[in-house]
Amino acid sequence: MTNTGIFKLAIASGKGGTGKTLLSTNLADYLAQKQAVLLADMDVEEPNDALFFDAENKVITPQYKMIPDWQSDRCTLCGDCTRHCKFHAVIRLGDFVMVFNELCHSCYACSDLCPEQALPMKPYRMGETSHQLLNQLQLVESRLDVGQEQAVPLIYATQKYIRELENKPAIQILDCPPGTSCPVVAAVDEADFVLLVTEPTPFGLNDLKLAVDTMRQIDKAFAVVINRQGMGDDAVENWCENEGVKIAARIPYDRQLAEQYAAAKLAWRKNTALRKALEELAVLIQQKQVQYA
Amino acid sequence: MRIAFTSAGTSWEAQIDPRFGRTAYLVLFNEETAQLEVHDNSAVQADAHGAGTATAQRIYELHPDVLITGNGPGDTASKALKNLHMRIYVEAHNMSLKEAYEKYKKQELKAL
Repeated sequence: MTNTGIFKLAIASGKGGTGKTLLSTNLADYLAQKQAVLLADMDVEEPNDALFFDAENKVITPQYKMIPDWQSDRCTLCGDCTRHCKFHAVIRLGDFVMVFNELCHSCYACSDLCPEQALPMKPYRMGETSHQLLNQLQLVESRLDVGQEQAVPLIYATQKYIRELENKPAIQILDCPPGTSCPVVAAVDEADFVLLVTEPTPFGLNDLKLAVDTMRQIDKAFAVVINRQGMGDDAVENWCENEGVKIAARIPYDRQLAEQYAAAKLAWRKNTALRKALEELAVLIQQKQVQYA
Repeated sequence: MRIAFTSAGTSWEAQIDPRFGRTAYLVLFNEETAQLEVHDNSAVQADAHGAGTATAQRIYELHPDVLITGNGPGDTASKALKNLHMRIYVEAHNMSLKEAYEKYKKQELKAL
């Protein structure tokens, strides 16, 4: 547990479009019938969790990252900054230095190592975080500004935002970006447990293997949720069994469920199969809460 | 005139590398001395990000009058190159350096 008494559940996947948001929004809403829950959309490049809830009383907080601000009057053009920058975000062109804000990883190397202190850091807006309270559900959603290339700094800023909330629900659900690259690793960073959502297709299996490999490398406890069960084949089930990977729940393939989701409705209220899957996950969450407490 | 090429190889027969930031070599031809100068740009392959700005800086240090390349620089590299007084010609891929140079002399290359 990263915070006493708080259980953080990340919902991730290798493949995109397997049902992370379907599961995150429905699970959060389902659990919030009985207890305080926080749902955070960590897919800052294209967040959509808030579409499923009423958009009232949103509190918007701008988010900044720190970037170096070149001071021509102090600079001696020694070029140290360009050699220190691993991301080529600071380059020297003749008698001036250019900083590329989108490439900067806010590592402070150029700034701290500049012998003339000619690169002081200054805040640079990268996006915003919205926060709203819907009965027992707290919804946090971060969104990168158009043109911003880096999701990771905003994901970390969102985690900090959540850590600093006054009322922190004991259950926090983190809807993660797809894939297995830096944004996913950042989004599951503080999670106590990860649910990997997949689908029973060759694509789902291929990307599930990558996601499982990632979770093992970063030492995260995880289980699998199979969405759209009944389509495709048994390869995911068989692979999980051979690998000793637990399948925590299965959501049957159902056209009506897809229609409800596409209409931004929380389908669990009407869909018994989905509700049953959520009930199973609620039991698992209770067990894990005890285990990690 | 000093003419720079993004190049897949090290001679006149080499193909133009269509990539700007991740070009394998930067080849510089000095018309006054008729010398061909080869600069290995492979170090940039190890970088996940910022290849465009790194190569822009390298080109700046070579201070050519003309750059002949393929796809052309991306947005970020273009911002860096704006500060250089250098003519840029693009869409010279599928040509050897020699062919590209001849087309440049005949003013048949597309200016950026």
